[in-house]
Amino acid sequence: MAGSVRVTMTVNGAQQSAEVEPRLLLVHFLRETLGLTGTHVGCDTSNCGACTVHLNGEAIKSCTLLAAQADGAEITTIEGMGQEGALHPLQEAFWEHHGLQCGYCTPGMIMASADLLERNPKPNEEEVREALAGNLCRCTGYHNIVKAVLAASEAS
Amino acid sequence: MSATAAEPWVGKPLKRKEDPRLIMGRARYIDDINVTGQLWASFVRSPEAHARIVSIDTAEAAAQPGVHAVYVGNDLDLEAPLPMAWVPPGVEVKNPPHWALAKDEVHHVGDPVALVIGSDRYAVVDAAQLVSVEYEPLPVVVDLEKAYEGGDLVHADLGTNQCHEWSLGGGDLEAGFNAAEVVVERRIVNHRTAGAAIEPRGVLADYRAGSLTLTSSTQVPHFLRLFLALQLGISEDRVRAIAPEVGGGFGSKLQIYGEEIALAWASRKLERPVKWVESRTEGMLATHHGRDQIAYAKIGATRDGKITAYHTKILQDLGAYLMLLTPTIPSLGAFVMSGVYDIPAVQTDIVGVFTNKMPTDAIRGAGRPEATHQIEMMIDQLADELGMDRLELRRKNFMTPESFPHETALGVVYDSGDYPKALDTLLEMADLDAIKAQAPAGKLRGVGYSTYTEICGLAPSRVTGPSGFGLQTGLWESAMVRVHITGAVTVYTGTSPHGQGLETTMAQIVAQRLGVDPQNVEVIHGDTGTGPQGLGTYGSRSTAVGGESVARATAKIVEKARQIVAHQLEASPEDIELIDGKFAVKGSPDKGMTIGEISGAAYIPENLPEGMEPGLEELAFYDPENFVFPFGAHGCVVEVDPDTGNVDVIKYAAVDDCGPAINPKIIDGQVHGGIVHAIGQALFERIHYDEDGQLVTGNFADYALPSAADVPSFDLDRTETPSPVNSLGVKGIGEAGTIAASPCITNAVIDALRPLGVTFINMPLGPQRVWEAIEEAKR
Amino acid sequence: MIPAEFDYVAPQSLDEALQALAQGGEDAKILAGGHSLIPLMKLRMSQPSLLVDLRQLQDLKSVNADNGQIRLGAMVTHHRVATGNFGLASAAAATIADQQVRNMGTIGGTLAHGDPASDMPAVLLALEGSVVIRGSSGEREVAANDLFEDFLTTAVGEGEILTEVRFPRLEGYGYGYEKFNRRQEDWAMVAVSALVKKAADGTCEDVRIGLTHMGSVPLRATAAEQALRGQPLTAESIASAASHAAEGTEPPADLNASQDYKRHLARVLTRRALTTASE
Repeated sequence: MAGSVRVTMTVNGAQQSAEVEPRLLLVHFLRETLGLTGTHVGCDTSNCGACTVHLNGEAIKSCTLLAAQADGAEITTIEGMGQEGALHPLQEAFWEHHGLQCGYCTPGMIMASADLLERNPKPNEEEVREALAGNLCRCTGYHNIVKAVLAASEAS
Repeated sequence: MSATAAEPWVGKPLKRKEDPRLIMGRARYIDDINVTGQLWASFVRSPEAHARIVSIDTAEAAAQPGVHAVYVGNDLDLEAPLPMAWVPPGVEVKNPPHWALAKDEVHHVGDPVALVIGSDRYAVVDAAQLVSVEYEPLPVVVDLEKAYEGGDLVHADLGTNQCHEWSLGGGDLEAGFNAAEVVVERRIVNHRTAGAAIEPRGVLADYRAGSLTLTSSTQVPHFLRLFLALQLGISEDRVRAIAPEVGGGFGSKLQIYGEEIALAWASRKLERPVKWVESRTEGMLATHHGRDQIAYAKIGATRDGKITAYHTKILQDLGAYLMLLTPTIPSLGAFVMSGVYDIPAVQTDIVGVFTNKMPTDAIRGAGRPEATHQIEMMIDQLADELGMDRLELRRKNFMTPESFPHETALGVVYDSGDYPKALDTLLEMADLDAIKAQAPAGKLRGVGYSTYTEICGLAPSRVTGPSGFGLQTGLWESAMVRVHITGAVTVYTGTSPHGQGLETTMAQIVAQRLGVDPQNVEVIHGDTGTGPQGLGTYGSRSTAVGGESVARATAKIVEKARQIVAHQLEASPEDIELIDGKFAVKGSPDKGMTIGEISGAAYIPENLPEGMEPGLEELAFYDPENFVFPFGAHGCVVEVDPDTGNVDVIKYAAVDDCGPAINPKIIDGQVHGGIVHAIGQALFERIHYDEDGQLVTGNFADYALPSAADVPSFDLDRTETPSPVNSLGVKGIGEAGTIAASPCITNAVIDALRPLGVTFINMPLGPQRVWEAIEEAKR
Repeated sequence: MIPAEFDYVAPQSLDEALQALAQGGEDAKILAGGHSLIPLMKLRMSQPSLLVDLRQLQDLKSVNADNGQIRLGAMVTHHRVATGNFGLASAAAATIADQQVRNMGTIGGTLAHGDPASDMPAVLLALEGSVVIRGSSGEREVAANDLFEDFLTTAVGEGEILTEVRFPRLEGYGYGYEKFNRRQEDWAMVAVSALVKKAADGTCEDVRIGLTHMGSVPLRATAAEQALRGQPLTAESIASAASHAAEGTEPPADLNASQDYKRHLARVLTRRALTTASE
């Protein structure tokens, strides 16, 4: 039986600490230990991007990271992006432009898009599409997601 | 915001009501729901495609800390095998038993053989690895055409791999082909795909004190309740099925899965809640697949391009078992096999064939994409043979706008349509030939078209029911509309949306009729414990059937409201109408009551008409008189790199007609997603089993869903031809894009390759296949 | 999908890391970005007993680009390589999987893993770079040519850690990177790295061609290189040289690409990469 490791990280601005199995994936730490269920799991192979969160400001796939690897890090999840009445511009844009249907990929899409706009505040359509290559959506055909990201870029 | 009746809520591109919880990460999907005392389940699945189970040793797994139980097939004392809902009159459908856990034999890789239940999510997966199963391998049947011909058998006791034969025809086929001056025959493959909703399936079964609550990522909670009751021998009133937020379905969650039944059984046995969420790898193995048919299509026409006959024989790969609708899927396409064309003789002959693969069943479009792919490819092939422009050939054979309602040779009555208008609109919005002409050096461009119709709005029960098509169910829908004392409205629908935006669409329908803001209309769905019954969301039925039932329940509210207002204002109910947000007397708009004032009067019943019940709440059931037939015209330009075989879609334009738009934004979104689903099939996605029946494309690395970087944006437009079938005039739109797009892409690729001598190619059009076609044409 | 159990340490120094590896024995593995290893562990195709996480070793995250030689710590991410202006290496790193993977995956991890389908091994081969490997008995530099021994097998031995990646800046060389895959985030079906140095008279003074996913290890297309060296850099000579790109290769076939098709792709992509590199 493997031992446990203590992990401490700042999640959406609040410090969190827990004793966890080494094999606990970051996504399960966020969802099950901390109850932040906005980050989703859609595949096993780092392809779908539904689990995308920010680690020290950069988008990563939290299903391909051990919680232990994020020890000491700052994590931002969809729950840290905006609140009712004070949505993040990307959340507003996804809503306005119908950039979601079932909503399952949406938190990951928004987090990946935020990473793009941080690096490249005024992307063109091709850049948006390339930046989202690691996020799969089965509902929208991406048309309105791309439109939403471009609109959020315009708005900021 | 105060609404007025002048506010035409229907037709507005409103932002969706369901979005705030989704964009904030506050929705509750199945994996977000846990209950006190919950255990976790993990399934042990067969690594063999076909084998006899010699023995299963569960001792080591059962001895692991935290493991509560390990069950095998014979432990589960269920009332019946998993359900299959089709008993077509006069047709024998061989239905081998399909249990939630395999009993003696496994028939496909991923067939579950044991269920491990324990207290920890991770530990049950570890324990499942310790279940030791001895298999005696049996011959594996993979190839559809070989399986059809005979040889090794999937189910030895059936004596054949052929499950059933079913035909639908009309007109004199022989005369039609005799009259033909040109006949074209093709073998058209429509390969196996996965629904691949991004949310995996999951189940939480909670049996306590004689009642079962089962939460599942499903499209059909009401069917699920029924079958849970039947399978477990529990009275239906003691079963509640809940579809929480569901992360996409595309037909793959229109099913009664063994995992749902097994977890319910285990929860009852252990008297503990039990939860299971599939991994993607598990989902690719054991969530039903779609398509997978080979059609031998034959079309005849006169030299001047009048189609005289169309015949197709379809081999449908059913996989190893029949699930809820498995054998019916190709038949759904048969009803529209002749597409938008007036063909005097049409016949479809279907043979269902077992193979050692996961069963196929409904995936977005379910039979209609396959039918449309066939006819639209055959039209292009025929045009080429005739040396005729393919749009001219289409126009020559379109059912004319004046002919609607149009009874086809098959006896199917298409409700309404204007096919030339849809095509004209497409050609006006996009000059595809001009884009084709601008191909860069070294690249080939091609234009493809698809003019399509489909059959949806499932369904008129007298047509689809036991004595008709043979489905052992009605396909009505129901809705309950409750006006609260404050004038806020709650709508309960029996449909079970999972991304389609029906909370918004239905709110718009109600708001328009009651003079309230859609923001104050809440739509509740997906829970058999609340509201009326229903049959779920699939088959592009939720607005055309579910929405109509909402409209009808609302109409009853309006009728009662008018009586109350007439009574209070001493007017005649016939003179009361909705004016500026008030139910007022015709000609005196200042004399009126809002729906809130009316509900106040209804719930504090001091002054209601004699004999009227208090309250303002109505229920309506609606069974449609006919199907609805959306249609449209799609066109695209692809660019082929002849050196690598790579295909890029560089332009895609679509005109779709689903009747009057209730929410254009939502309709466009459905079309976008539908098109990419079909582009995925045409260019990227493929479920492939090797000759040993092993699934080669068992995760999202190998099963290639296209990403944003792999597809273009779209140009969309609509025509609006109302359906006479329902009061909203609406048709379905959820499947239309998928139904139309795969032949559009394939035809475009052929158009691009024609200069190199390639005249026909089957999907999936991955680069190697395209390159090989080019190489072959060179020889 | 969930990995099997393992122990985990995140040492503060390289010596501690080597010690932990030694104690962990043959089933101990190094964790860098984890983007090759963790997916394999989730699928239970890899079940290490101990993971030694290098994330705290700041020295392994350094970038040094002085004196015409680029030295990248093993823990430098693909994203930093992609945006570091390192010519061919940056062009190739920018195509790896997707942004999220590039933010976590590391150059050291991908080279030590040695997957012939991944981008950087053949790039290092073409650059004629090297890696530094530390073991309990000291440090050694291993040329790219000697690093990739067999399928997923590199010269990084048990108990050793790849600490640094070195390659020359190659002033005066043009480069081209051509990667062919189905989807943008996919592994390469085939990829070709090309480096071309043009002589004053316009002929090819030097050329190096790396092939990705054309064998069980990354390869150099030596026949094509030989065919072009000393030749004028015309479309004809490039095409002629590229026709030799697949000579002697036994590429692994899969569902989407047969051997013949991959060889064909290698020729096409080599022509394109050489053309770009010669511009």
